[in-house]
Amino acid sequence: MTVRPEVTVALESRFRDIKVSEFRGRTRVVVEAAQLLDVMTSLRETHGFDLLVDVTCVDYLNYRDAANRFGLVYLLANATSAERLTVRAFVDDPDPTVASLVPLWEGANWMEREVWDMFGIQFEGHPDMRRILLPDEFTAHPLRKDYPLQGRGERHNFPVLARGEG
Amino acid sequence: MAIELPENVVVSKLDELASWCRKNSLWPMPFATACCGIELMATGASRHDLARFGAEVFRFSPRQCDLMIVAGRVVMKMLPVLQRIWQQMHEPKWCISMGACASTGGVFDTYSVVQGIDRFIPVDMYIPGCPPRPEQLIQGIIDLQDKIQREGTIGGAEFDVKARQQRKRPFVELPIVNASGLVLPR
Ligand code: SF4
Repeated sequence: MTVRPEVTVALESRFRDIKVSEFRGRTRVVVEAAQLLDVMTSLRETHGFDLLVDVTCVDYLNYRDAANRFGLVYLLANATSAERLTVRAFVDDPDPTVASLVPLWEGANWMEREVWDMFGIQFEGHPDMRRILLPDEFTAHPLRKDYPLQGRGERHNFPVLARGEG
Repeated sequence: MAIELPENVVVSKLDELASWCRKNSLWPMPFATACCGIELMATGASRHDLARFGAEVFRFSPRQCDLMIVAGRVVMKMLPVLQRIWQQMHEPKWCISMGACASTGGVFDTYSVVQGIDRFIPVDMYIPGCPPRPEQLIQGIIDLQDKIQREGTIGGAEFDVKARQQRKRPFVELPIVNASGLVLPR
């Protein structure tokens, strides 16, 4: 469901540099990465967006007309009114960092760890910033566009067991 | 010199007798990691009935198994687990690589998927298909039984073939090309 106009109007009047757009009934706001935590707090406390559905990221390396390298995607839902809202924030190399949303939603914990694992985005204030899917000794962030599809030999790096051993 | 044998006595070789016992009671260890595992379950179920070939006793404990069936793709995080389970199984043991993914990585030529389990553990029988039908898996098990009967020895001398794994072809990796068509070093 589209978001009530008063929500976007309130956001636009309270935070500067916020861009609101709509596409096929879905509302999207683009915020400054530095303001993310404030915008999210206001959305949760004032406007009733009580559910963080997903956190993910897009790497825009070599993308046509892209101004920033990484675009974070936060999908929010209001469980009472069934509104859905997409919040986007852009961060850049070197050291892409954004505030963690774990203080607001406990559920952001693992989703932010996954984004760290796959894209190498740092979440400031995250209580437990470890890899979640890949093994701990993995050194790269494989969903970045400059990481080769076949990897850098990680998948070949095992001992070979022959018959009669073990 | 003829030896008088009483009735009901058959003379055979010890190797053949041991192999005959082994081949008719294979206990599979289902290492099912992906979609091929569903076909593996179907093979064990009533319609295809693996019990007809003496291999229906699936055990989830490696200590009780002697046939590992790797059904599905194995990722680099899973491979140490696979190797450990393989090492925990008692000799004599055999391994079936079921499906395109377990045998070669299949369509998943990506950073995380191991390109064929036979690069890291020994494999006796490969079953092609994506996924192989239960009939194919049964045929694979029958062929493995034939192989056990043909080559099996009571002391396990047939397992002493370390060179077999060293004949694998080298990896062929795609070049890494950047947006302007430049080939980058890996
Ligand atoms: S071979 Fe096909 S069916 Fe089997 S695990 Fe791979 S993708 Fe799935």
